[in-house]
Amino acid sequence: MLEIKNLHARIAEDGTEIIRGLDLTVKAGEVAAIMGPNGSGKSTLSYILSGREDYEVTEGDILYNGESILELDPSERAAKGIFLAFQYPVEIPGVATMQFLKVAMNEQRKYRGEDELTTPEFMRRVKEAAAELKIAPEMLRRPLNVGFSGGEKKRAEILQMALLEPKLCVLDETDSGLDIDALKVVADGVNALRSPDRAVVVITHYQRLLDYIVPDTVHVLYKGQIIKSGDKTLAHELEAKGYADIIEAAA
Amino acid sequence: MPAVQETIDQVRQIDVDQYKYGFETKIEMDKAPKGLNEDIIRLISSKKNEPEWMLEWRLQAYRRWLTMEEPSWARVRYPKIDFNDIHYYAAPKSMSGPKSLDEVDPELLKVYEKLGIPLREQEILAGVEKSKIAVDAVFDSVSVVTTFKEELKKAGVIFMSISEAMREHPDLVRKYLGTVVPQSDNFYATLNSAVFTDGSFVYVPKGVRCPMELSTYFRINEKNTGQFERTLIIADEGAYVSYLEGCTAPQRDENQLHAAVVELIALDDAEIKYSTVQNWYPGDKHGKGGVYNFVTKRGDCRGKNSKISWTQVETGSAITWKYPSCILRGDGSRGEFYSIAVSNGHQQVDSGTKMIHLGKNTSSRIISKGIAAGVSDNTYRGQVSAHRKAENARNFTQCDSLLIGDKCGAHTVPYIEAKNSTAQFEHEATTSKISEDQLFYCLQRGIPEEAAIALIVNGFVKEVIQELPMEFAVEAQKLIGISLEGSVG
Repeated sequence: MLEIKNLHARIAEDGTEIIRGLDLTVKAGEVAAIMGPNGSGKSTLSYILSGREDYEVTEGDILYNGESILELDPSERAAKGIFLAFQYPVEIPGVATMQFLKVAMNEQRKYRGEDELTTPEFMRRVKEAAAELKIAPEMLRRPLNVGFSGGEKKRAEILQMALLEPKLCVLDETDSGLDIDALKVVADGVNALRSPDRAVVVITHYQRLLDYIVPDTVHVLYKGQIIKSGDKTLAHELEAKGYADIIEAAA
Repeated sequence: MPAVQETIDQVRQIDVDQYKYGFETKIEMDKAPKGLNEDIIRLISSKKNEPEWMLEWRLQAYRRWLTMEEPSWARVRYPKIDFNDIHYYAAPKSMSGPKSLDEVDPELLKVYEKLGIPLREQEILAGVEKSKIAVDAVFDSVSVVTTFKEELKKAGVIFMSISEAMREHPDLVRKYLGTVVPQSDNFYATLNSAVFTDGSFVYVPKGVRCPMELSTYFRINEKNTGQFERTLIIADEGAYVSYLEGCTAPQRDENQLHAAVVELIALDDAEIKYSTVQNWYPGDKHGKGGVYNFVTKRGDCRGKNSKISWTQVETGSAITWKYPSCILRGDGSRGEFYSIAVSNGHQQVDSGTKMIHLGKNTSSRIISKGIAAGVSDNTYRGQVSAHRKAENARNFTQCDSLLIGDKCGAHTVPYIEAKNSTAQFEHEATTSKISEDQLFYCLQRGIPEEAAIALIVNGFVKEVIQELPMEFAVEAQKLIGISLEGSVG
């Protein structure tokens, strides 16, 4: 589903190279964890996948379902099924969460040439998905992310993910700022979305989240490259020994 | 930062060329020669069959105007206006005064149809309830038709063009005209007093709640014609009325002058809600053409516990210079001002309000939302004052500005003055930009850039939109979207 080939990318404004020859393949149905110390390029990778223009790809390619997505703008990538759950979800004052969801769902449908959802159908879907994530209807009437607690923000991200039904989900440090109860709710939400035709990339600093969202593969990102890949035991190894040994071994 | 740059570029192309009301109608017109002098004023007065006192009133204003100078304190720039290069009267030839709908020139009816204004006395669907809106349509210098007059008459409400009112209800007009905005008030108001040609008149008698929304629709069609309308609304004791005005003009290379005066009077326990959706032609993307909108609007809360509320959505005009104000004279009276001012391209907006607290226990509330894009300039100018006897005056002011791109400007100029120590005035102001983060977040959810800007802007102005009559809230939202449209792919 996702193939990243020898990717090099830099910050557009000052030319600092962040990703330096990254290779990664994630298959449909797979949950891949990307781990790495601070500053290794984890968040940058999520932005590049979703098409943020602050970054320039200088070499290599990103294939999604066999096609390069480098020329697509972020909203086109989203409509094709790439979803990014933000580490720091952004506040949109005055725009009720419900309204935002409706606009997003319908804009994606429009792009794909589908009819807009009817209001009852939209309401039915939102209610169902919100209940799964223990989101109160009252929260849906509040402006998106404005005054939301850390847990509410992350649940709102997963709610959007559930409703937009993406094919490739990228979760950027979704565990940051969550207590253990909130973490469980969020992880359950993600697990419920695991399916044979959907891939999930979980970007995280810590093993903790991976106790709840158990990955099929684990990749260690360091200085813009994947320096080691393995199965879920690699995450435990990292937890026990830290990054230093692996970095040393790769050097 | 490329993401922002692209937005800026798109917004820079914003088009004012997309003005969809820019069509011109060919209708045979009866026009006064260009220029302004006492003979022209006599001509206007006689065209309208006015009583002698009205002509005297106009001439008095004109003589006063000759001694006045154009104000220069507003943050707007424009070439000097040649007041002798304007037609002060232009009316469709077929018109010798407002008629019943069947008698109106079909060409004129087509104009309003094209503008989406319901002149047929039809019920329009708004939400679940069917509601009616009575319309007074003013075309250049004259009112062409007023709808639902009979039905309103049954409720005792007088709604007609001011020219008609002068003939049919001279005592009421004479009693109230110029009592809120005196002849000598300011340069443009004085000019208006001399040459005003038409406008609406509303009188809601004691204890009557006006059974429908009233609205006036202004259209400037003729070239080189100034529109000087005058509106007078009186809500007698315990009465309530909600009134809406809308305006458009054809797309022209020359600038057109619009200098209106609106006077509102609320007696004891009366309430007037006045909403404006202003969409005059803003000029093209190079800043050529467009309407100069120099307007004096003022409401007098003359009675105890009276209330006047102004809501305005300003998206049009090359230059906007208007400050709908409230004089809080009656004890316990309340004034409100809710405003959305969108400027784009080369538009210049200097707008705000005045809340003059005179009576005891008066309160006022100001919510102003300015949105600047392109190379436009958007200024909020507001005055809140409490006079010596205004015990316990209360004001809350909130001015928020949103900038789109980096070539536009937003300014907030509040004047606050309290001569009574019990006054409590609060002022909050914010300026923000649509952030790159907000935009990227929306894009990542599959919302294209233009839809994302419209969504964020509509969130920004929501508090004010909620104040509009429901029928117009949707319209206003769309209008804001169109005004900010970039290059549609």
